[in-house]
Amino acid sequence: MKLEDRIIEIIMEQLNVTREECVSEASFINDLGADSLDLVELIMEMEETFDVTVSDDELEKVRTIQDVFDFLKRKGVKDTGI
Amino acid sequence: MRRRVVITGLGTVTPLGNSAPDTWEGICAGRSGIGRITKFDSTRFKTKIAGELKNFDPLNFVSKKELRHMDDFIIYALAAAEMAVADAGLVVGQGSGGANGDRVGVIIGSAIGGLATVENGTETILKEGPGRVSPFLIPAVLPNLGAGHVSIRFGAKGPIGCPVAACAAGTCAIGDAARIIREGDADVMIAGGAEAAITPLALGGFNAMRALSMNNDYPERASRPFDRDRDGFVISEGGGLVILEEMSRALDRGARIYAEVSGYGCTSDAFHMAAPPPGGEGAVRCMQAALRDAGMNPAHVDYINAHGTATVANDRYETEAIKTVFGEHAGTLAVSSTKSMTGHLLGAAGGIEAIIAAMALYEGLLPPTINLDHPDEQCDLDYVPHRPRKKNIQAALSNTFGFGGVNAVLALKKFEGTNG
Repeated sequence: MKLEDRIIEIIMEQLNVTREECVSEASFINDLGADSLDLVELIMEMEETFDVTVSDDELEKVRTIQDVFDFLKRKGVKDTGI
Repeated sequence: MRRRVVITGLGTVTPLGNSAPDTWEGICAGRSGIGRITKFDSTRFKTKIAGELKNFDPLNFVSKKELRHMDDFIIYALAAAEMAVADAGLVVGQGSGGANGDRVGVIIGSAIGGLATVENGTETILKEGPGRVSPFLIPAVLPNLGAGHVSIRFGAKGPIGCPVAACAAGTCAIGDAARIIREGDADVMIAGGAEAAITPLALGGFNAMRALSMNNDYPERASRPFDRDRDGFVISEGGGLVILEEMSRALDRGARIYAEVSGYGCTSDAFHMAAPPPGGEGAVRCMQAALRDAGMNPAHVDYINAHGTATVANDRYETEAIKTVFGEHAGTLAVSSTKSMTGHLLGAAGGIEAIIAAMALYEGLLPPTINLDHPDEQCDLDYVPHRPRKKNIQAALSNTFGFGGVNAVLALKKFEGTNG
C-alpha cells in the first residue's frame, strides 16, 4: 500500500472525515475540523503506526496533509508495497 | 417580590431507561435496574453488581470523534441535556422567542468525574510511557467538563459551574442554579448531575469502605433501603438534568411546568468524612433550611424522596432526622427511596431524584421503595413499600447527603400558579 493511502486512512479514522476531503493541500485546522489537540493525537498515532518520533518543533510546522507526507518520508518511512 | 423558578424540561439516562418517560415508567412499575456488572471482569471483587445503562447508544448524542475523546459521564450529561432541552422546547441564542445565550447557564455536578479515563490513562503511562498519554485525557477527566460540553453544544453563555459534592452534587447543582435565576443572573439554567463511576477503582474503593451491597446472587433485590437485611448501596451510572426557568418567562411562552423549585438548603455536618453525626443533625438542619427558604410549613410536606442509600447508617439517621424535623407529621407523610430501583448514581442522584420528585408532584403518584420486605425496626416511617400509590400531593423534599458531610435538600411545590 502506498504510504499516502495509509496516512489518509489514519486521518479519516482520527478526524472522522471522508476520503474526498483528504486532498493533500487540505489544512487540518481550517478544512478538516481539527483543533490543536486533535493534531497532537493524530501525530501520536503516526508515531505509533510508523515507529517514528516527532518533536514538538516538527509538530508545530504541520499544517496540511502534504506536510505529514513530507515529514514521514523525510524520516525514511516507505510504502509497504502491499 | 422574589423571582420564582420552575422546572420546564426533564432529561435523564438511568439504569431504568434511556429517557425521563422510560425511567418514570420503570419507577411506576417498581422495577429494579440492577444487574451483574458487564463493563469489566468483576470476578475478584466482593461486589459484582451495579446499575448500568442498558442499550444506550452514545452515537445518538455524540459523533464518533467525540466518543473517543469524552469520558462516559460527559456523554451522559450531553444525552440528558439534549433530551431536557427538547422536552422544554428551549431554543438558545435565536432571535424571536429564543433565550439569549447570555441568560442561559449550566451547572452539572459530579462526584468523581472521568474516573475510567484516569484508570485507562494510568495503564497507558505504566505500560507505554508518558509520551503515549492522550491530549484528550485531562478534558475527559475534569468533573466540570460535563457542564463545559453542554454549554458549548447549546451556546449557553451564562453562569457555569460544577459542584463536586459527592452524592449531593446533583442537588447542589439544581439548588445553586435556582438561586442564580432568583438573583437575576440568568433566566434559564440547565442543571443536575452526571456520573460514570462503575469502574474497578471505584468498586475497589467503595468495597474497602464496606459501603456496597454484596448481594451478588440477587441483583434486583440488592438495593434494600430501610430493610433490616440491607447491606449497602448499589453503585449506578447515568445523568439527570432539569431545565429551570424563571416563572414568568415560562408562563409567557406557554411552557409545560412540572413543578416549582421553591427552596434549597445546604449544610455541612462538620463531623466525619464519611459517617453521619448522631441524630443526622446535619440533615435536620438541611431540611429545615430548605423549608425555611421555601417559606414552607413542615406540616404541608406530603412526600420526601429520601437519600435512602441502603447503608445501615444512612437509613437510620435519615429516618431519625425526618422525625426530628417533622415531629408527629413524620408519621403521616410519605417517604420513599427510589434508589431501591435506580441504585445510587452518586453525583447524578440528585438530578435524577429531583426529576422523580417533580414527576410525583406532576402526576400525583408516590414512587415506591421496593425490596422493603422486613423494615428495620428503627426505620418506621411510611416508605410506600413495593408499589406506587396514587395521591395528589402539593409539596415534596428531595434529600441527598454526601461524603465529606455535605447535605443538600430541595423543596419542590406542585405548580398551580399563574402570573398573579
